[in-house]
Amino acid sequence: MLLRHTPKKLEEREALTINPAKTCQPVGAMYAALGIHKCLPHSHGSQGCCSYHRSALTRHYKEPVMATTSSFTEGASVFGGQANLLEGINNIFTVYDPDVVAVHTTCLSEVIGDDLNQIIRKAQEEGKIPKGKRVIHTNTPSFKGSHVTGFANMTQSMVTYFSENTGSRQKQINLIPGFVEPSDMAELKRIMSEMGVKSVMFPDTSGVLNGPMTGKFKMFPNGGATVDQIKSAGDSFFTLALGRTASLPAAKSLDTKCKVPCEILDLPIGLRATDIFVDNLRKTAGVNVPDSIKFERGQLLDVITDMHQYFYGKKAALVGDPDQLSSLAEFLTDLDMKVTVVVTGTPAGPKFERRVHEASGEKTTVKYGLGSDMFLFHQLVKNDKPDLIFGNTYAKYIARDEDIPLIRTGFPIYDRIGHQYFPMVGYKGALRLLERVLSAVMDRQDRDAPEERFELVM
Amino acid sequence: MDNTIEKSIAKLPDAAEVKEEILAKYPAKVARKRAKQIIVNKVNEGEQVQEIMANTRTIPGILSMRGCAYAGCKGVVLGPTRDILQITHGPIGCGFYSWLTRRNQTRTKSDKHPNYMPYAMSTDLQEDEIIFGGEKKLKKAIDEAVALFHPKAIGIFSTCPVGLIGDDVHSVAREMEEKYPDVNIFGFSCEGYKGVSQSAGHHVANNKVFTDVVGQLEEEKEGKFKLNILGEYNIGGDAFEIERIIDKCGFTLHSTFSGNSEYDEFASAHTVDLNVVMCHRSINYLAEMMEKKYGIPWFKVNFVGAEATAKSLRKMAAYFGDKELIAQTEKVIASELVEVEKIRLEVKERCEGKLAMLFVGGSRAHHYQELFTEIGMQTVSAGYEFAHRDDYEGRKVIPNIVVDADTRNIEELSVEADPQRYRERKTEKEMKELEKSGMRFNDYEGMMSEMKDNTLVIDDLNHYEAEVLIEKYKPAVFCAGIKEKYVIQKSGVPLKQLHSYDYSGPYAGFKGAVNFYREIDRLVNTKVFSLVKAPWDNSPELAGNYAWNN
Repeated sequence: MLLRHTPKKLEEREALTINPAKTCQPVGAMYAALGIHKCLPHSHGSQGCCSYHRSALTRHYKEPVMATTSSFTEGASVFGGQANLLEGINNIFTVYDPDVVAVHTTCLSEVIGDDLNQIIRKAQEEGKIPKGKRVIHTNTPSFKGSHVTGFANMTQSMVTYFSENTGSRQKQINLIPGFVEPSDMAELKRIMSEMGVKSVMFPDTSGVLNGPMTGKFKMFPNGGATVDQIKSAGDSFFTLALGRTASLPAAKSLDTKCKVPCEILDLPIGLRATDIFVDNLRKTAGVNVPDSIKFERGQLLDVITDMHQYFYGKKAALVGDPDQLSSLAEFLTDLDMKVTVVVTGTPAGPKFERRVHEASGEKTTVKYGLGSDMFLFHQLVKNDKPDLIFGNTYAKYIARDEDIPLIRTGFPIYDRIGHQYFPMVGYKGALRLLERVLSAVMDRQDRDAPEERFELVM
Repeated sequence: MDNTIEKSIAKLPDAAEVKEEILAKYPAKVARKRAKQIIVNKVNEGEQVQEIMANTRTIPGILSMRGCAYAGCKGVVLGPTRDILQITHGPIGCGFYSWLTRRNQTRTKSDKHPNYMPYAMSTDLQEDEIIFGGEKKLKKAIDEAVALFHPKAIGIFSTCPVGLIGDDVHSVAREMEEKYPDVNIFGFSCEGYKGVSQSAGHHVANNKVFTDVVGQLEEEKEGKFKLNILGEYNIGGDAFEIERIIDKCGFTLHSTFSGNSEYDEFASAHTVDLNVVMCHRSINYLAEMMEKKYGIPWFKVNFVGAEATAKSLRKMAAYFGDKELIAQTEKVIASELVEVEKIRLEVKERCEGKLAMLFVGGSRAHHYQELFTEIGMQTVSAGYEFAHRDDYEGRKVIPNIVVDADTRNIEELSVEADPQRYRERKTEKEMKELEKSGMRFNDYEGMMSEMKDNTLVIDDLNHYEAEVLIEKYKPAVFCAGIKEKYVIQKSGVPLKQLHSYDYSGPYAGFKGAVNFYREIDRLVNTKVFSLVKAPWDNSPELAGNYAWNN
């Protein structure tokens, strides 16, 4: 057994987190910053943070992840990191020439109390930031929230630094996609364009973290939301923000700073969440839902009805990030599966718990925040014996020990490809998710069926 | 084979020119520093290699490969040990990222034996603890860990904020050890900002393992010719292969620091008669200290490369000087080399003359050159991520290394001979004789003397420099880590990861050599990179016409 020391019996833990169901803020901030065109994320702290985050994102995407660091030493930790960041900014623009440097803090620089506003001002005054180039920042203390919070904070900073209300409203809506994959971001754009909705979406990592092999490395790929686009978000007439945890702060900032009203929606994972997304797009943009989208919806529903017997009554345990989890819980429940366990290490709050209960019923065990880790999840799985586990790569240790199929969802996925290229959002994304769920269920049936009951047609 | 050898060698660019071109892009201050870290290698008979600047601060804003002291301590040195329960004290990230990502394989004796490696444990410090201190939470975490896992030993690993908020992990360790006398509890001050790279963490780890673990258990292993291997972390199963060979030759391997290892083996490691050192950078401190305190001689070995493995085994057998052992070792080498030679010659035919570059670690960039040489490939540029001058120039330069502020912050233990347990393993005369026969104790030659003239030795290579190297040399393979992997491959050059081995291996020992030959053969002779151009790229002219127009 890989996790041979995990007992079935649950005991209260107050201080020891074992096998976390979250990671720290900066990695989310780094990911979000990669969704700005020609942006170099910069980690203000020891170089180990940057190295870890780049490694994590690289393993997840199998793509170059470029980011720099202030490389604190003991001296910087005592006297503050200003000198390191100023030198760093100068070197970055000289050697790499990005349009934007997006700085996020770390627990170290937060504890020291470095004032990023002041350091960036100083860099400006000292002429270290070339004309037309921008340095932005966000605070991402690792001792608060999770990687999702870091993503939310960096996305909010894009608004704080770039978005402007110039006084002339533009016929476009803003879409804040949430902490989703490049493939999802591309799919969201496709849906909007299919519906004829003009939009600004940020961050946008499509084309950045799922780029092609061309024989030539491009430090700054073609993808990403441009500064001008994010700027114009202040002139949009509406904002749709997907996922409360990841997208609410940016949407709120657009409202208060630029007076762009917003609606917070669930991540469009599954039929109903996608329905609501599409319907909101229709209403806010004043367009009709085109036949092509209706067709996709119909196909999804068709598979659900055709294959219903394989979903019905199957128990699922979910671990991951809150915005994904609540939508996923709803979708699986719609398939007549039973979502019995939902765990996230992100402090998602009682609203999250209510949302999951609303989606999958009061019986679902929901754990979030401190102490809600994969060790606890494993214990709940041992007690509940679900038919399927939904979670990131680390869940494979549980899946193997308990002999339960794993559907890989969330971050990080180190051991499979697909998430970069095939979306989970929208009707098409839901269809792919269904395919994966069905394959897992059917493979298991094929493996376990007695010879006389081995089915050819399923 | 065609004339690739002559072609590639004839085409090698002038290293000094490449260096100048690299430096030209930098701001003056950066250029001055990098000039001392990029060395055009000159090897003249009997002369000392050139001085290289190493183990100095990473330049802020320059895309380095380096990690931190925590990674070096928790991730590298202690991480591979399965039954020391490891608690990261700090916010959640560090514990998360060091969770199973280094591929240290381990094999417990049975399903009942402890293995904590698949568990990442952290105090997950929150804002309140950052403000009011995290010691209380750490103690509670240890209580919970003891109750759940009943470990023999617990290591506490400090992350950046721990040092700043003033938590004393060592006093917590002492206090908790009093509470749990059966558990050996020790803390590591391996805050990420210590030193200039992972290297500081290695040193911190070595110190604590030496003072708090080695020598705790007086238990000798059965068998003759007892030794420890230091600095082998069992990535991809390397230690399994080394264990196989060593066992076959008739040595008794007491412990490996720290691949596929157990606490008790560490604790009684002072009972052996020889320490052999694989990764010099990460563990030379422990070898030195064990020699001083317990009288165990050490020398450098290398199990990467078939020839190097054979050489190392012979050296070990000669040290013990037993006729049977020497004969058996020769027999093992001869029988193992049959298969190795067959594959080597086959692969060599397809790889000869191709160029390799290696930028990794503190030893691997040196060790792996052996394997490339064995299949006729030439290393044109290499360097370490976190090594010191001695890993480049040889240990003889150690007295001349200026100790700067960043190094001074890492404790240097003063070690004396243990009055009871110091034991001379060889008489002075025996040692003299061994030395006379060519055996070099306490020594490491370093990378540079074994590299060719006009090769580029580059410390702490960064992304931009890698791009220039790729453009100028167009190597057949580039060796580095996960962060560099896809950057290099996007330019059409295969990258071999020498930290994680791209999830394959082993590459050490004889079977490892065969695996590596085949892997490099696969990489440098693959067709996939030639598929980059689509037909329309090769002939973009719009010559065609619809048939009915003719």
